[in-house]
Amino acid sequence: MTDSAPAIELKGISKAFGPVQANRDISIRVMPGTIHGIIGENGAGKSTLMSILYGFYAADAGEIFVKGRRTEIPDSQAAIAAGIGMVFQHFKLVQNFTVLENVILGAEDGALLKPSLAKARGVLKRLAEEYELHVDPDTQVQHLSVGHQQRVEILKALYRQADILILDEPTGVLTPAEADHLFRILDNLRAEGKTIILITHKLREIMEITDTVSVMRRGEMTATVKTAETSPEQLAELMVGRKVLLRVDKAPARPAATLLEVENLHLVDAQGVERLRGISFGLRAGEVLGIAGVAGNGQSELLEVLGGYAEATGTVRVNGREIPLSGAGCDGMARRAAGIGHVPEDRQREGLIMPYTAWENSVFGYHRDPRYQKGALMDQAAIREDAAGKMERFDVRPPNPNLAARNFSGGNQQKIVLAREIERNPDVLLVGQPTRGVDIGAIEFIHKQIVALRDAGKAILLVSVELDEIFALSDRIAVMFDGRIMGIREAAETDQRELGLLMAGITEDPGGDAIAAIDAAMAEKERREASHG
Amino acid sequence: MDRMPAWADAILVPLISLLLAALLSALVILAIGENPVEAFRLMVDGALMRSTGWGYTLYYATNFIFTGLAVSVAFHARLFNIGGEGQATLGGLGVALVCLYLPWPHWTLALLGASLGAALFGALWALIPAWLQAKRGSHIVITTIMFNFIAAAFLNYLLVNLMKPAGQMDPATEIFPAATHLPTFQDMFATEASPLFRGAPGNVTFFLALLACVAVWLLIWRTRLGYEIRALGHSESAARYAGISPVRIIVITMLISGALAGLMGVNTAMGEAERLVLNATEGAGFIGIAVALMGRNHPFGVFLAAILFGFLYQGGAELALWTSIPRELIVVIQALVILFTGALDNMVRMPLERVFAARRRRARRTPAE
Repeated sequence: MTDSAPAIELKGISKAFGPVQANRDISIRVMPGTIHGIIGENGAGKSTLMSILYGFYAADAGEIFVKGRRTEIPDSQAAIAAGIGMVFQHFKLVQNFTVLENVILGAEDGALLKPSLAKARGVLKRLAEEYELHVDPDTQVQHLSVGHQQRVEILKALYRQADILILDEPTGVLTPAEADHLFRILDNLRAEGKTIILITHKLREIMEITDTVSVMRRGEMTATVKTAETSPEQLAELMVGRKVLLRVDKAPARPAATLLEVENLHLVDAQGVERLRGISFGLRAGEVLGIAGVAGNGQSELLEVLGGYAEATGTVRVNGREIPLSGAGCDGMARRAAGIGHVPEDRQREGLIMPYTAWENSVFGYHRDPRYQKGALMDQAAIREDAAGKMERFDVRPPNPNLAARNFSGGNQQKIVLAREIERNPDVLLVGQPTRGVDIGAIEFIHKQIVALRDAGKAILLVSVELDEIFALSDRIAVMFDGRIMGIREAAETDQRELGLLMAGITEDPGGDAIAAIDAAMAEKERREASHG
Repeated sequence: MDRMPAWADAILVPLISLLLAALLSALVILAIGENPVEAFRLMVDGALMRSTGWGYTLYYATNFIFTGLAVSVAFHARLFNIGGEGQATLGGLGVALVCLYLPWPHWTLALLGASLGAALFGALWALIPAWLQAKRGSHIVITTIMFNFIAAAFLNYLLVNLMKPAGQMDPATEIFPAATHLPTFQDMFATEASPLFRGAPGNVTFFLALLACVAVWLLIWRTRLGYEIRALGHSESAARYAGISPVRIIVITMLISGALAGLMGVNTAMGEAERLVLNATEGAGFIGIAVALMGRNHPFGVFLAAILFGFLYQGGAELALWTSIPRELIVVIQALVILFTGALDNMVRMPLERVFAARRRRARRTPAE
């Protein structure tokens, strides 16, 4: 092994699933002691490539070299033996095991656990000091915050002596502060000579931390460039294959009358946990109100209540008329009749029936409208025609109303939902995570539609965990933390730092060490929730 | 990702399952020293080669269509109604009450009245499990199967203590009035010159079953209600988002399912026995599960599967009559068919999917090279 040998080298990797060519003749060299970003849209083949490297799939063709030596990786055991560790997007932890138990799981030294646990405790202590990877080894994983759970995943890999770490979309579930901390950890790991492969679709992260970046598009590696020598615009173009506007062009908002008034909303879930603790705000015609916050702080519940499928107490007025928040008249169809459209956070679980065709989905929730009825039966011809028009106007590809929703890409599924809700011309549109899992090309289109609806004088409530998206679209920004709105700011007069603090529940700027304050606040919240459970 | 063409899923999979079941049945017959080829010939001969055989086959098939449709409709809402047995039992009671205690001028009107009675009683028997599932989350599989036992015991009590004519030994009602007797296939199709369907119990209810198939097809794939039932079945969270009430759909679906199972009572009580007897359902409620599974919950599939099981029932009866193959072995053969077409579905499906995937890969590669 020489220093100049790449830590990982892939030569001519190809992999097909049925008719889909997920990877086509991919070659890549990852140098030791660097952070190598792999960026690409959803479905570009990033995850497939990493799954091949980690032994989950066998490549149809191609070779893998680890530290200069040709290596066969038929399963994850072989990958671990070769020094490769993987941190998945969805953590693979046993929730009711302690951190220590999770770390040794599958890597026990013998039939008795005690010696393994003792050894792991020592190793964990050393790793924590070396890399700022602090986690209490005796806490059960279910009581850890998402950021800490991710650290456990990294510790697991390091405990197995990985010196090549693959991280798959690691910041998707983190607050900006937690993401910063993660990047500090990665920085430390790099300084110690570890090699890191970072898979992401966020351009900002690539620019911030990587040394080299490879771009994937439609199963092919389109370019590998030094991060210092590229720009976000160039990377976006490489990903999509055409020029992309990263900022949304929009005129200043001209807000008019208040269309949606929410007062003192409270919601207690089935487990007795208070999810909404007195939410109040007003939403005016012609503005986008962004709701920022880390996932799980009550945003989903707020959308469910306004969308009519979770019961709550408080007052909600649409166009000055109060709408029921429980019992009869509190359901999705009644809300639509009252003028509220809803693009839900999870299009696959809520917005669409995946086995239904596009035309069936194009009226979902509006299917009781008499215009889709012919006698006792549904007027399929009318619905199909209606759907074809919507699909054309919203550029859904392929424009085939008879295709099942699950056969469309994420972006096109979202366009089907958006077309259905927007074309009904609602007064108020609720939009949850509009571009989650959506490719860049479609993001641009979806953002334009939302701004166009605003300019048409509609009121839009946007919930997103992507701060970039909140900033791109919102005229005002409300931050939710722990079921409360911590503050509402004019979008032009705030910044990432202020919102980041609010997202951790801190309303007073603590001055210098913001991250320490956020860590303390998050830990406090975790403790409170753990004691509740 | 590697999906089979639709025709392979609908036809090839059940066909291969059937062949496997037949093969294993042949081995079983061989093991007790009988000739499987001869036995199969006898079954086909007795069930399909003579009009009387068809009369029996279609009579059984009628029962299985109703119970199969009942299971299918519920399954579209992902409700596993295995209470067809009890719902059909109560359906029979509805038929008996309508026929015995209301005066009917003609069988056509009586058929209409009895159908309503059967559907109503079957639906009501499904209502309690449905309500418990919708409101309290009590699992429908548990409650419907328990209601089968309650139905059997309830009917037993009614027949023995209340409805049995004085002085009669067997627990059954008196014969229904002549005006309510339904025309059998023999009444409808036999002439002096060609005595068709002689003595077979197949009757006009079969056509009612065909109508039910069409009605269920329209309901599930053409109406708003069917759209909502399927939506709930695919995704409860999406249904809630859309404003479809799961409680309402669960209750309505189970009422329809129970009504369909109840309609079987028209065939057994009014069409065949012409009185209500104990255990008239003879397990048809359970066969309905296999029929629905094999028919892929589609009315046309249910129709075909019901005919198949009708053949097995009638052919099995012939075997018992003409050979020394014991009655129990015929149940074994029927069970093998259910096992292979229902429970072991994936055993055939997965290798077949792999074969199709391999063929597709080859087909793609060849033109490129």
